[in-house]
Amino acid sequence: MKDWQPRILAILCNWCSYAGADLAGVSRIQYPPTIRVVRVPCSGRVDPLFIMKSLQSGFDGVLISGCHPGDCHYLSGNYVARRKFAILKPLLEFVGIEPERVQFSWISAGEGERFAQVMTKVTNDIKRIGPAKRLVKGA
Amino acid sequence: MVNELREKAKKLLADKDVELVIGWERGSRALAATPVFIDSPEEADRLIFDSTCGNNPAVYFTKDARRLVKDGKRIGVVVKGCDARSLALYLAEKQVKRENIVIIGVPCRGVIDPDKVATRTGGREVLEYSEDDGKVTVKGRDLDLTFDARDVLSSSCLACVHRNAKEYDLFIGEMRDGTADKDQNAAIDEFEKLEPEERWERMKEMYSKCIRCYACRNVCPSCYCNECFVDQNDPQWIGKTHEITDTLIFHIIRNLHVAGRCVECGACERACPMGLNLLLLNRKVAREVEERFGYITGIDSGEKPAMADFREGEKQDFIMG
Repeated sequence: MKDWQPRILAILCNWCSYAGADLAGVSRIQYPPTIRVVRVPCSGRVDPLFIMKSLQSGFDGVLISGCHPGDCHYLSGNYVARRKFAILKPLLEFVGIEPERVQFSWISAGEGERFAQVMTKVTNDIKRIGPAKRLVKGA
Repeated sequence: MVNELREKAKKLLADKDVELVIGWERGSRALAATPVFIDSPEEADRLIFDSTCGNNPAVYFTKDARRLVKDGKRIGVVVKGCDARSLALYLAEKQVKRENIVIIGVPCRGVIDPDKVATRTGGREVLEYSEDDGKVTVKGRDLDLTFDARDVLSSSCLACVHRNAKEYDLFIGEMRDGTADKDQNAAIDEFEKLEPEERWERMKEMYSKCIRCYACRNVCPSCYCNECFVDQNDPQWIGKTHEITDTLIFHIIRNLHVAGRCVECGACERACPMGLNLLLLNRKVAREVEERFGYITGIDSGEKPAMADFREGEKQDFIMG
């Protein structure tokens, strides 16, 4: 268990967070190899069903990241996303899912350093609470 | 009150003010009045209103009556408080135009939960129902019982604070005051005090009874998508088994789909054959929507539904700093 590495799904918006990940890469900034990235056109594209499905299929955590408020490529996608997540998060905690499992952040295309910090934080959070058991199919 | 309702309906139809009045009539089941479409003044005497009128007549604006209003016809609809909230939601979601409907408000005393009656009658069939001043009498073969209406009302009705239509063209009878018999947040407050493990176990225990019959969705006035996410199978996002994670995901996502849209009428709970306390999650979501966005569903038909709207400077405490 000591060597256990969590598997984290990072759903990143094409215009900011994905580019932020890219910048972290080209800048050779180190961060834990725990994330698998899914690129979406906008954080507003993220259906809560994606998050539920990833937890059900055994991801230990899900991180959703988009452009900072005001920076959305589609002007208001991240605002709409924010309302969705504002309800989803307390609802998941209400049914007993650990708050660390599903996290949200805003990362811009220029924040390669911050991308690495966020990934490190999420990884550490999830390492602390251990592998996902609730909502995992067949667990 | 019922006579006044019939007279008003008669007048609306006779004056050709409306082409149709949607309300309730006595059906074949004593404890559940049947929705009825009245299209001539002579028929108006079939209308009734009492605590057996649980079905929401507003839902027809997402179904059969949609075609009629599309043709520019005006329709009268008799609404309880929760039905009026549905109607306001449909207006806000542009499912129906205000000029096509005449809203006839009636004061609601709550709706009978047939399951609660059944536990008191030992499952014996109720053939006759009557109510008088907070008392309910049910009769059948070897059956004649009277009890406090409060004991057999739907639990959602006991916590209801929206008993009268807020927006109406006619109001019949005397408005009910809006104080609930029990605190609508008591159940969620109590649940939130539990440890996460315990909450998860309780949820698992409750939802493992679900048989995925989708009665809750079918009866829900806010669920009117042409194709529901659970019926989509290309791609199939949601598992169709009654395995607990599949079931819970269905319920969580359904709750999110009705976030800021649920009018807490309790139809889902009354329809549930397994007796699940489905409104627990709905109330949690509704409270969250109200606290965060200051939005209460179905109060102002001119207001954009919460999940279709946003404010720039909104609280974002749940987002990593």
